[in-house]
Amino acid sequence: MSSIALRFTQPLFNIGRFVVLMSSAFMSLRETESYRKNFKIQIVQIGIESIPIVALAAAFSGAVTTVQTAYQLVSPLIPPKMIGAVVVPSLTMELGAVVTGFILSGRVGARIAAELGTMRVTEQIDALEAMGLNSVGYLIIPRVLAGIVMLPVLYIAACAVGITGGLISAELTGVVSTAEFVQGAREHYDSFGPYFGLIKAVVFGFLITSVSCYIGYYTKGGTDGVGRSTTRAAVMSCVLILIADLVLAIVLL
Amino acid sequence: MIQIENVSKSFAGQKVLQDISLEIHDGKTQAIIGQSGSGKSVLMKHIIGLLRPDHGRIIVDQTDIGKINYHQLREIRRKFGVLFQGGALFDSLDAFENIAFPLRTFTKKSDQEIQQNVQKCLDLVQLSDIGTTKIEALSGGMRKRVALARAISLRPQYIIYDEPTSGLDPETSNTINELIKGLAHHLEITSIVVTHDMHSVLKIADRVAFIHDTRIHWAGTIQELHQSSDTVLHSFVRASEYLIGTQHVNNRP
Repeated sequence: MSSIALRFTQPLFNIGRFVVLMSSAFMSLRETESYRKNFKIQIVQIGIESIPIVALAAAFSGAVTTVQTAYQLVSPLIPPKMIGAVVVPSLTMELGAVVTGFILSGRVGARIAAELGTMRVTEQIDALEAMGLNSVGYLIIPRVLAGIVMLPVLYIAACAVGITGGLISAELTGVVSTAEFVQGAREHYDSFGPYFGLIKAVVFGFLITSVSCYIGYYTKGGTDGVGRSTTRAAVMSCVLILIADLVLAIVLL
Repeated sequence: MIQIENVSKSFAGQKVLQDISLEIHDGKTQAIIGQSGSGKSVLMKHIIGLLRPDHGRIIVDQTDIGKINYHQLREIRRKFGVLFQGGALFDSLDAFENIAFPLRTFTKKSDQEIQQNVQKCLDLVQLSDIGTTKIEALSGGMRKRVALARAISLRPQYIIYDEPTSGLDPETSNTINELIKGLAHHLEITSIVVTHDMHSVLKIADRVAFIHDTRIHWAGTIQELHQSSDTVLHSFVRASEYLIGTQHVNNRP
């Protein structure tokens, strides 16, 4: 097959194989007994251990958004409380989920691809299969479920820390008082915002973990292949987050 | 009994195995020999259903493993223990947990029973004190022995050794050979040894199949190997530099 034809057919092949892999993974969901312990480990590795870096990124995002919003709202006709009305929805609808997603693409996506890739090239996946274990279910289901469960948790933490970061930077720079910030946020609160953010978090959680599992599971070519898979997983996760972000905005707003 | 009937396999148009037929008798140790890249490991993966043949069939205890579903195939695989070339130990677990893994996954044994079973396996491979040592802290020979202990932990009916002595010094190779011989005798396991190490073959095998140029070029007992006048087989055996084993062959007209 020519390289041009391969360039067109390869993505289709990957999409087809991804769907088959995820289908067989979710078909093994009933074998929960053997996956439970692994699921708990993944909850810790994907979720709990990501809290510090997600909180750090969210705090700075909230702080910077507050300062920049204040910089742009220079008209005397716009009251300072509008800063809170802009910053909070920015975090709940967009930044909270997207920043968390990007952080986890690098931290979790790369880790999953490296783990499964190493298991593939060192025949550990073959060893699981040879024992009579469903390697797809055993390795993929706990990671994907942990991603789906923990991304919303991290999103909530990111929003809370981000808003706090915004408040602190507002106080420190004096662009708006805490009372005005909160008043603005409450007056213009849109209850769909957090739901929208949570839906995004669930979708991002699935995309990051499933795509990274797919890339890691089908790693080829020794340590070099593991390196390529790790990079691909992080990059693909980020790209898919951007695409999903736009699609969800168009569909749900 | 395992029957391999007219198995052929190609990868990307390149023929790796052609029309391979072999019967592996219960209680015997069958060696599959050939040069590196001759398809020995590919054949091994067919026996446990990790690869499917393009043509032909594999029959394990009267069951054609190409005609059963994945769930049934996993049941068949539990009859096997496999020692992979690099050990394929799970590096996230210590030595004890690696051996306990199949017991925890496939049996309902108590922690105390698992402890006893693992200790018995460790005693059999002469690593009684290895316990909670991390995998990265083990030497190549120790890893093979831990992997061997894991392979026999469920007392399989069949055990497959993929290059059990590759990368090991002569003394450690000798220890592994003694272990394989001892396990076949003590546990009455049917063994399949995939190797290019004639030293191992002459020490542990009852029967030998020689793969050359994608086909089974020669098959017979160890005695028949010594008496064979096949020049291709002699060339392979002589190249193995096993002087004691080849002395007899070299003296032939």
